[in-house]
Amino acid sequence: MTLLSDDQKMLHDTAASFLAEEGSIAKQLRHWRDINCKDGFGHGLWKQFAELGLTGICIPESHGGMGLGAVEAALVLEEIGRNLTPSPFLGTALVAARAIEGTAHAERWCPGILSGEAVLALAIDEGPRHAPEQTALEARRQGNGFVLNGGKSFVVQGGSADMIVTAARTSGAPGESDGITLLAVPNDASGLTIDNVALVDSSKAARLGFENVALDADAVIGEVDAGWRPLSRALNAGRAGAAAELVGIASGASAMTLGYLKQRKQFGKFIGEFQALQHRAAHLYAEIEIARAAAFKAAELLDSGDERAELYVSVAKGKAADVASLAVREGVQMHGGIGMTDEHDIGLFMKREAVLGELFGDVYYHREQVARLSGY
Amino acid sequence: MTDLEVFRSETRTWLEANCPPEMRTPIRSEADICWGGRNWTFQSDAQRRWLEVMAERGWTVPDWPRDYGGGGLSAAEALVLKEEMQRIGARPPLTSFGISMLGPALLKFGTEEQKKHYLPQIARGEIRWCQGYSEPGAGSDLAGLQTKAEDRGDHWLVNGQKVWTSYADKADWIFCLVRTSTESKQGGISFLLFDMATPGVSTRPILLISGNSPFCETFFDDVKVPKDQIVGEVNKGWDVAKYLLGHEREMISGMGLGGGGSLGATTKPADPMLRADIAAFDVDALAFGAMSERFAAMWKAGEAHPASPSMMKYAGTELNKRRNQLAMAAGGSDALEWDSERSRGGSAARSWLRSKGNSIEGGTSEIQLNIVAKHILGLPGA
Repeated sequence: MTLLSDDQKMLHDTAASFLAEEGSIAKQLRHWRDINCKDGFGHGLWKQFAELGLTGICIPESHGGMGLGAVEAALVLEEIGRNLTPSPFLGTALVAARAIEGTAHAERWCPGILSGEAVLALAIDEGPRHAPEQTALEARRQGNGFVLNGGKSFVVQGGSADMIVTAARTSGAPGESDGITLLAVPNDASGLTIDNVALVDSSKAARLGFENVALDADAVIGEVDAGWRPLSRALNAGRAGAAAELVGIASGASAMTLGYLKQRKQFGKFIGEFQALQHRAAHLYAEIEIARAAAFKAAELLDSGDERAELYVSVAKGKAADVASLAVREGVQMHGGIGMTDEHDIGLFMKREAVLGELFGDVYYHREQVARLSGY
Repeated sequence: MTDLEVFRSETRTWLEANCPPEMRTPIRSEADICWGGRNWTFQSDAQRRWLEVMAERGWTVPDWPRDYGGGGLSAAEALVLKEEMQRIGARPPLTSFGISMLGPALLKFGTEEQKKHYLPQIARGEIRWCQGYSEPGAGSDLAGLQTKAEDRGDHWLVNGQKVWTSYADKADWIFCLVRTSTESKQGGISFLLFDMATPGVSTRPILLISGNSPFCETFFDDVKVPKDQIVGEVNKGWDVAKYLLGHEREMISGMGLGGGGSLGATTKPADPMLRADIAAFDVDALAFGAMSERFAAMWKAGEAHPASPSMMKYAGTELNKRRNQLAMAAGGSDALEWDSERSRGGSAARSWLRSKGNSIEGGTSEIQLNIVAKHILGLPGA
């Protein structure tokens, strides 16, 4: 474990003050929710991300980005989690950017990501549970291109995206990682239907229908039948990023709860004086520290190309989702009745945790990965 | 190559040449651990040689200053040495409370004479130390201790009793908390060092549920201790005691890995329900491993909260108990055998029972949670 460099600390400070100020719950999450925005996030804020250079963290310097890695993305995502800031950062600037990295699609989309004008999405799941190797969406060869038939679900910000990175099956059978191809699907493709659905946390995810959607050969991201590589790269970046955001959610919920324990009085005492609550708060603190360490370890291993990266990505996502879940459950319980109201923010943490915990594999998915990668 | 890469390459070569093959096998029992001391019987020539060559370089205590028998390594170099030792599965050449507990306290609070006298002995494994903290009436409430040290002009006269003194029956010297004033609870405690061979010191081993006796009752009956064997000032021993406890907790928390890594990889659970529990445990264990690395780096850099060893101790020991509990389940009836050869003398069952003490010794889990609540979270009235 290396400690943060001065540059990393500076990036973190920039992101922390920007998101606390501009990305607050009142200014963003509640605002867009209450006006029933179709995107679930604000394009103005996304432009501000761009002005600060944050959209280019994972874009190579050759494309005008900062050429940084998973650690820097994690620093930003922890603050996004702490403030419940809705934005395309995870899906566009991290996951999609990693998916198209080193391909012709990077030339096409990096300028838009950098300027905060483009939104991209990743279409992977086809059922209610994450299982990328089960990809069944059919991409049949036709001429020098492909025709797509099938469906996708839980496509985060799919209704707002200009282009959707879509995992399709070009050969083999569901369950096999070979034979999957990543395709760039424009949002206006003929035969594509987009059902934009509001989720429990007021974010939006699309269900996609593909009916004879015809794509040129140049829609292929990477190589035909060999999409598992760029897909894994994107998913691992996304999982490590989601882990960091979950750590932020846990920290934010915990800070709010500790504030309440120090302010709420019952029986003539601050409720934080009761040992029954102190011990639970202290246990939660330990768990959050551990989850943060796991998230940063996964990010470091990804950045150094270590062979243990995939294992630790699953450790990080599994642990962070577990801990964030504990933090929001304790948060609502310790707030008592007020925690059940829509007016109070603590419940928003619980809703966001539920969605992010599911995204790119829930705790059970990642426990299975840890077991499998550990040889049992 | 950077300096650190050069250091890594030289260290690797040196370890390959100097670490005996017998010292590259996993520690299977207490007998494999080298504690050193006046009465130590080396288990093998390899164990002796390994201690000697490492002590020669100061690498039994790699980050202590060279003047006191250490290796004078930077934090980064010490980490490289640790990694290179792990790479070849090298055992620690020496394990002792002198290294993990007393040494750091002496480095911070000892006089120059004390450091020059005691630290090299610890580094070379010549003196084995034990810790005189808990008493029958002072467990979680440690500062309530009653063992008395009276100022008799040219010496302290010590009377009283300690309990849970680890390996007191095998130790050469003791670092001991004594009461030198009754006017203040924490402000009446002093920190003394003395030879266990001093007349008036006696020990009695305590048989534990594990069938082993790692702890003793220790009795002091008119024990005369020279005046210069006090660390820090009279009645200021609590500061030394607390600092040392931080290191003790750090050491115990390191046991959280309980042999390290994935439990499923070694137990290969076939039962799907048990496999699921073990996978959940492995996520926690590997995450805690990452925390241990992060904590060590932050602690060395002075970026860790002073009370954070309590968090580490709490999390690490609870995890180790869980590891042992699951290992027993994975072992089934095989793991219940107590003294058969097949079970290596009931090692699984004994380790499981021993682990129950992890969250009691060095301050209970409940005490650690109190400390985190008060000093880190700032909760009122804690």
